[in-house]
Amino acid sequence: MNALLEVKGLVKRFPAGGPVWRRRHVHAVSGVDLAIARGQTLGLVGESGSGKTTVGRCILGLHRPDEGEVLFDGRDVAALRGSALAEFRRRVQPVFQDPYGSLDPRWTVGRSVQESLESHRIGSVQDRRERVAELFSIVGLDPALADRHPRNLSGGQRQRVGIAAALASEPELLVADEPVSALDVSVQAQIINLLQRLERELGLAVLFISHDLGVVEHISSDVAVMYLGRVVETGPTATILRSPQHPYTRALVDAIPLPDPARRLRHVPLAGEIPSPVDPPSGCAFHPRCPLAEAGCRIDVPELGPVGDEHLVACPVVARGTPSATAPNTAAPNTTAPSTTAPTTAAPNTTAPSPSHREH
Amino acid sequence: MSTADGRTAPALALEDLRVTFPSAQGPVSAVDGVSLELRPGEILGLVGESGCGKSTLANAAMGLLPDTAEVSGAVRLGEQELTALDEKALRRVRGDEVAMVFQDPSTSLDPVWTVGDQVAETIRAHRDVSRREAKERAVQLMKEVGIPSAEQRYADPPHRLSGGMRQRIVIAAALANDPAVLIADEPTTALDVTIQAQILRLLDGLRERRGTAVLLITHDLGVVAQVCDRVAVMYAGQLVEVATTEQVFAQPAHPYTEALLRAVPGTGEPGSELAVIPGQVPDLSSPPAGCRFAPRCPFGTDACATRPALLGNESGDDATGAVACWHPRTPRARRQEVTAS
Repeated sequence: MNALLEVKGLVKRFPAGGPVWRRRHVHAVSGVDLAIARGQTLGLVGESGSGKTTVGRCILGLHRPDEGEVLFDGRDVAALRGSALAEFRRRVQPVFQDPYGSLDPRWTVGRSVQESLESHRIGSVQDRRERVAELFSIVGLDPALADRHPRNLSGGQRQRVGIAAALASEPELLVADEPVSALDVSVQAQIINLLQRLERELGLAVLFISHDLGVVEHISSDVAVMYLGRVVETGPTATILRSPQHPYTRALVDAIPLPDPARRLRHVPLAGEIPSPVDPPSGCAFHPRCPLAEAGCRIDVPELGPVGDEHLVACPVVARGTPSATAPNTAAPNTTAPSTTAPTTAAPNTTAPSPSHREH
Repeated sequence: MSTADGRTAPALALEDLRVTFPSAQGPVSAVDGVSLELRPGEILGLVGESGCGKSTLANAAMGLLPDTAEVSGAVRLGEQELTALDEKALRRVRGDEVAMVFQDPSTSLDPVWTVGDQVAETIRAHRDVSRREAKERAVQLMKEVGIPSAEQRYADPPHRLSGGMRQRIVIAAALANDPAVLIADEPTTALDVTIQAQILRLLDGLRERRGTAVLLITHDLGVVAQVCDRVAVMYAGQLVEVATTEQVFAQPAHPYTEALLRAVPGTGEPGSELAVIPGQVPDLSSPPAGCRFAPRCPFGTDACATRPALLGNESGDDATGAVACWHPRTPRARRQEVTAS
């Protein structure tokens, strides 16, 4: 096991009103395990409220996990202090959806990137100037643009600046949350190409958080699909898109509007909506919308179990084989030791359903 | 459901529509001479990237632009010439014969009214019906757009509903007076993909049941492929191609359409380099003369300094697409080249 980043049994709740003795919580993440190897790109997909952004923010150390841990290079991120924390922040960098929010509007973009170097105490003043120009060329920007302000750049150029600032500290892991969602398709293509080139040339690991399976298919070799705070399926992207196993993943793949008029509206869309994470359904959170749901799904939280090579699914009905099989409802198959290269490890301790589900 | 003869009177026709906004850098030509017909019962996709003028075009057609905008050209809704109407007359038309649905349903709905009353109000604004009748119709419409337990939801304020349900309410209000034309500007862009699939189904079903003509404005070529009968592609304020959805995806005629399709991830080999369009969208306060795509076009020649006319299916013949290009990518349009002036 040589993971750069490991997330184990991550749980994160946010208070959501109600009196103190009966505080309600948003169950943003309810037991997630992930692993990213050096140089690997893992796609984390899900719809609004699936918890994908919260996972990213926990990894960046912007949220403290309620349970579980985030291990970077074997060390618990929550326990890092002082120089170890500074070191972590140098090695893990965020890329956000629109860097407009993270770039100071009064500064030239060159100064913003330089600031990133200064805050990590990299190089002398003279070195930094040269390094900014170098970073601009790495992300495909004319270094002359360094004198402009963010408002004078296009969305694609701003995202390149955001990536340049992230690369300033020579990180090993990028946590990119919807980095191309705000961009037009032709600009989006440029940024995707850039991220792929960086991954290849700099050996960067990337957690690519996105709602867009088409983009994820293109950029990441492996994918984890989240629904209401849990990973429901994970494995090689090609396998999952070709033969999704979890009923939710199937619906998600079917709902992708394919740019192919020969296959228009060919699937009955998944009915209903994502339930509120304040009051998630018991057992498997997907059971109220699931075409395969059976009695046991309301009670037991399914664990990720292998259904193929490095392919894990959290659905006992699927794991048993055919949906029509009438075997008694057993718990999810044994969580066998995950293969070393699997992007996500099976959860050994996600059995507690909604650990702090106090109301009702 | 493309009409075979194509000569039925259009539900909505735009003729040489031009929109210019003032700016510090001089007038910005946001829409530059667009002629387009929306046929009864069809879903016509209007696609293009940010700033291409697709929303401005729709707002101009409905008289919704600020007074500073200079609009010229003709907009015909059935027999009516909309550009000749004053604001009062336009208000009678909007929400009645033509309705609009926007991207963000929460800005289209009043936060302090119940969602049901907002649908009923749309009816009463245009029809002389009692409150009770309007309420009954509103509940019926809410059922039609797929709102579960519509009677109970009627009294909910918008914030009680999810984004998808709110968009259904907006669609119900838009359909309240059975408009001939529905203009939907990025109606699913703010929604999750599984909810988007539901709304696209809904729009497709409404068109089928009611024969409403839909102008679907979107940046998403996947959405276009899923529901549109025909596609109009805009670039930098100009219409560059109009054809059936099948033609546009199988044989794009304009180099911009072709480049746009190739830039969509998920269509090619995963991990391969995506095709990009070199350069940037021109500044519309000083657009290139002639074809506005020419500076970025791999096939550009001296001829492109003269603006190519949109040619091909002016006869309404669906067998040929219409393209505004001196060097179209498919032979079907090329034969028209000689007649271009």
